[in-house]
Amino acid sequence: MSSTATTFDSAAPPQTGPQAFIRRLRNGDEVAHIITLITAASILLITSALVYELWINSHLSRAKFGWAFLWTRTWDPVFENFGALPYIYGTIVTSIVALLIAVPLGLAAATFLAELAPRRLSDNVAFLIDLLAAVPSVIYGLLGMFIVVPMMRTTIGPGLKHAFGFLPIFQGPNYGVGFLTAGIILAIMVMPFIISVSREVLLTVPREQREAALALGATRWEATWKVVIPWARTGILGSIFLALARALGETMAVTMVIGNTPLISASLFSPGYSIASVIANEFKEATGDLYLSALVELGLVLFLVTFILNGLAQIMILTTDRMGRRS
Amino acid sequence: MSRFALIWRKSLNIFMLTLTGVSALLVVSVLFLILGYLVVKGGTSLNWSFFTQLPKPVGEVGGGVANAIVGSLKLLLLAAIIGLPIGLLAGVYLAEFGGKPFGFTVRYTTDLLNGVPSIVIGMFAYAVAVLPVKHFSTFAGGFALGVMVIPITLRSTEEFLRAVPVSLREGAMALGASKWRTIATVVLPAARGGIITGMLLALARVAGETAPLLFTAFGNQFWSPGWSQPTSSLPLMVYTYAISAYPDWHRQAWAAGLVLLALVLVANVGTRMALNRGGATRGV
Amino acid sequence: MSDMASASQGKEHVAAKLAPKVRAENVTSAPGKESRVRFQISNLNFFYGPKQAIFNLNLSIPVNKITALIGPSGCGKSTFLRTLNRMNETIRNTRFDGSILLDGQDIGNMDVVGLRKRVGMVFQRPNPFPKSIYENVAYGLRINGYKGRLSDLVEHSLRRAALWEEVKDYLHKSAFALSGGQQQRLCIARALAVDPEVLLLDEPCSALDPVTTAKIEELMFQLKDSCTMAIVTHNMQQAARASDYTAFMLDGKLIEHNETSRLFTTPSDPRTEAYITGRFG
Repeated sequence: MSSTATTFDSAAPPQTGPQAFIRRLRNGDEVAHIITLITAASILLITSALVYELWINSHLSRAKFGWAFLWTRTWDPVFENFGALPYIYGTIVTSIVALLIAVPLGLAAATFLAELAPRRLSDNVAFLIDLLAAVPSVIYGLLGMFIVVPMMRTTIGPGLKHAFGFLPIFQGPNYGVGFLTAGIILAIMVMPFIISVSREVLLTVPREQREAALALGATRWEATWKVVIPWARTGILGSIFLALARALGETMAVTMVIGNTPLISASLFSPGYSIASVIANEFKEATGDLYLSALVELGLVLFLVTFILNGLAQIMILTTDRMGRRS
Repeated sequence: MSRFALIWRKSLNIFMLTLTGVSALLVVSVLFLILGYLVVKGGTSLNWSFFTQLPKPVGEVGGGVANAIVGSLKLLLLAAIIGLPIGLLAGVYLAEFGGKPFGFTVRYTTDLLNGVPSIVIGMFAYAVAVLPVKHFSTFAGGFALGVMVIPITLRSTEEFLRAVPVSLREGAMALGASKWRTIATVVLPAARGGIITGMLLALARVAGETAPLLFTAFGNQFWSPGWSQPTSSLPLMVYTYAISAYPDWHRQAWAAGLVLLALVLVANVGTRMALNRGGATRGV
Repeated sequence: MSDMASASQGKEHVAAKLAPKVRAENVTSAPGKESRVRFQISNLNFFYGPKQAIFNLNLSIPVNKITALIGPSGCGKSTFLRTLNRMNETIRNTRFDGSILLDGQDIGNMDVVGLRKRVGMVFQRPNPFPKSIYENVAYGLRINGYKGRLSDLVEHSLRRAALWEEVKDYLHKSAFALSGGQQQRLCIARALAVDPEVLLLDEPCSALDPVTTAKIEELMFQLKDSCTMAIVTHNMQQAARASDYTAFMLDGKLIEHNETSRLFTTPSDPRTEAYITGRFG
């Protein structure tokens, strides 16, 4: 090689020639590649281990009860007869209540932030809403227990009974805790996700769509409701799925306000139990392998449901994104 | 279109638009309500002894959450040691080396892990770290939190690494830097701000978690020396005190909740503001 | 330009530490024309995946001269430039066949890092690292294990790039504090710090104003003695005034290559003439 100064020793490490240097250099890149690859693979390992543990440890229960586990009402640790139905019911009901409250409110707020608010206000408020999402679950539970529960007992409950008492969902004794209270708390907890994702999705709707509607004489609301939101509906649906997945797995806040009683009741005032709550309460005290196995099976159910929901949500959010880019 | 219909449309327009504004206002006010309530109910209980004393025996008034604070710190330290390096290096892999099928699988699996309910992660940690040794421990709790830290860290690392412009990498390579050198001396420093923010946010997130600790760290009314004994943590303490029957413990639950929320919010606000201000272009 | 004058003085100062600035011309035993040639490219074909971008290109780049590469957008001149320091390898699915010899050695068989130390590159848009001015210039030195006083070499490189006087009091400020033209000169200093034999410049002035462009052209002229240069440019006037040799490319093929004065006054190919008279491109 035509050599420059002798100032650089990069041509070779002290003792050996260019060949050794090449080898070392290649190894440097190789080493980095391998190390990072191993860490990436370890994530696959951890996740596989998680699924494996769930599967193995629920084996006793799955073997004994089979699919009937999902629709059996009884939960009897003494006679070792376990059924998931009360918990599945409780999880679903509270989540539906949560969505019924959170989706309209959340979507409305997201629309305001994406369509109407000036950009700076929108960004600042979005920031505050992200903070709401960062509030720990126990804090929501704390507020639920000491504020919402008494309010439900003294004000909200009687009010609803008075106005809508003819509906079965608002009948029955009201203790303050129960499906409705849990649903309300959950609604507050998942709203930030709906708002955050929906707002971003709405912001990706091409300006030309809005302008086309307005140019045809639509009011701002009409343009938003009839053109912008439908365009983004897949992504919005995705955000709802995301919120639902969150609500299903939520543990602490729900445990603190749902009443922790495995009841299946049409009344929203009734105390109930969710999958995550029963695991939280009974896992430590589970005596006997079958008992433990049943609880793990509940965890498996929860895992699978959230897995599917999250997967669907990702697909939907990506679809809207691509639609926006294509035009 | 008739005049009436036009008036109707215009009124509906204003009505609906106002409604959306009201909704947004409502949501934001919830945040301030939460903060306000905690300050009011818990603020008065914050004193020096609250931070430095151990919990008093059941039924007695007074005491503090010193062991919970220390426990939380220890758990966070473990979570950081376990979760941050994996998240960072795997993020580097996905951004810099990742191939199509394998990289896609890893990313997908990470998103999957991110969505697993925290109580299920707790069950996993139980099976892996508690069952074999037959006792609850700080380590098991730290492991559970560490697993939760991984996906959050990985996502933000990958995102910020990808944001570093190709021209910077080419500049380094044209000077003779090998790939790993380019990553280590140019790309990572350029993305440093965002990556650190992601790490801090991940830690702030797991600092508030209770469910995965229920059957791993389990909780402890006393000090927990070392890493292999059950330990208390702030969120666990809030929970235990809140569901108890003792009014004094309820009072302390509010105070502990205030401390927890304050820490989490400060971490979130601080890191996001630092990120917005500095951005990736500052650096040495 | 005082920078240039002091640069030559600086040269004397550090002569003891650095090699003589004017390089030995020939190392290998190849006789004849190759003795004045730095790069010899023969039968080069380049592919982006299935698509061929360069067709059977034969070219020699003479030592210590400035060779300009001109041609319309998409003719392959940047692609060709990047093959000379194997930068195209950073893009997936590229390959080439044919031979590229640097001082008689096939660059394909060389260690790529060593190659890039000898063949530096300046890019179209300034791309300083998010580090201080000092650290930018020192970067190449550090990674190549330079033993000696870094600050002397940093100063020397900044002088060669005609930037020293403007930044000498601000060496630890961020590179982004500089203007576009200064950043580009910083990138030149950064590339010069490792003392390359060849400097490849890919439209280095396209993002800069005419005054800065003139400064850089003058800088190139001063560097010629110690550094072979190949510059891709869209600007024909720049090619005409700044280079010694010019190569005209079209659709991936080399159409004409000659001394600049001859190519611009009496082009032998009609397509060259059409291009330089502005009929297309």
